[in-house]
Amino acid sequence: MSTLIIIPAFNEAPVIATTITHIKKHLNGHLNSAILVIDDGSTDDTYQMARTAGVFVLRHLLNRGLGGALGTGLAYARDHHYDFAVTLDADGQHDPEDINRVLQPLITSQADVVIGSRTLSHQGKLPLDRKIIIMLSNLLTELLFNQPTTDSLSGFRGFNRRALESIVIKTDRMEVSNEFFSEIKRLGLKLAEVPIKIIYTDYSRSKGQSHTNSLNIIYKLLLRLFR
Amino acid sequence: MITPIQVLLLLILVFAISRVYLRTRDGSISSSAFLFWMGLFFVVGITVIDPSYTTVIADQFGTGRGVDIAIYLSIILLYYLVFRTSVMLENLRHELTKLVQALALKNYQLPESKNQNSTSKTATTNLKER
Repeated sequence: MSTLIIIPAFNEAPVIATTITHIKKHLNGHLNSAILVIDDGSTDDTYQMARTAGVFVLRHLLNRGLGGALGTGLAYARDHHYDFAVTLDADGQHDPEDINRVLQPLITSQADVVIGSRTLSHQGKLPLDRKIIIMLSNLLTELLFNQPTTDSLSGFRGFNRRALESIVIKTDRMEVSNEFFSEIKRLGLKLAEVPIKIIYTDYSRSKGQSHTNSLNIIYKLLLRLFR
Repeated sequence: MITPIQVLLLLILVFAISRVYLRTRDGSISSSAFLFWMGLFFVVGITVIDPSYTTVIADQFGTGRGVDIAIYLSIILLYYLVFRTSVMLENLRHELTKLVQALALKNYQLPESKNQNSTSKTATTNLKER
């Protein structure tokens, strides 16, 4: 069974090579797996660093946001007939060791979509402000889409073929994280959540979603309902 | 008797009607949008020519003055138009994203370690209608 690891990246030149190396080390021996980086219109050397690291790179000519980058990655996985796709953040906050944990419910057909949940984990410390934002986002996801979750903002996700073929992304930026739950509910996909380790660094914290962006996300999600 | 402000407002109205008519004729505005704007301009025209009509409507809504109901309706209309514009802008942004995605999928790059000489390969993938 084939798996595509999708890494959306925007201006991640300082860390992208290390992230790829760690994932490659973990995937060593998994013959049917590949790594795909989506360079979302970076203005630094992200594209070249990823290419030099020896992985496939798709380049957006313009920055279109997380939703746009994930949409490209999932379309690639679907069109190239991958059985599974796993999305990871480029900033190195996800432990590649958890890839197997995310894949397991997909392989055993227990789930169509798997979310790597930071709040279910007892490994790694989740900062208080991040905890509050995740909690509020979970509440919003449940209110808008009637889909409960323990981590609506997680970038660590797994999809099987059924999910890859049916999910339609309409949002372009950070709000895509919540939108996945709307699609899970609409399409009746089976959802599983597994605990994942968190590796927060100063770098990953600085690259994370800003608090002030939360209102914008709510506005964009409301607009999505009327599109 | 028609006052100077009424003349000015009627001239602006005639100008607006001519713009909508021309945009409809060249296909920029749909016939339903044309009817919407004409209906709105008709109401505005009546209000400008004889403002006492608005007092009758205002009495029905309990606002007292005709000008108040006109302001309330204008604010509601503006909110609606801003909302529609936002939705349209989001749709346009998403169309742009689809274009960028299609280009990225069409011109993907092979890893350097696998393909040192040829730096690009045209993929056979097409972005499905999303």
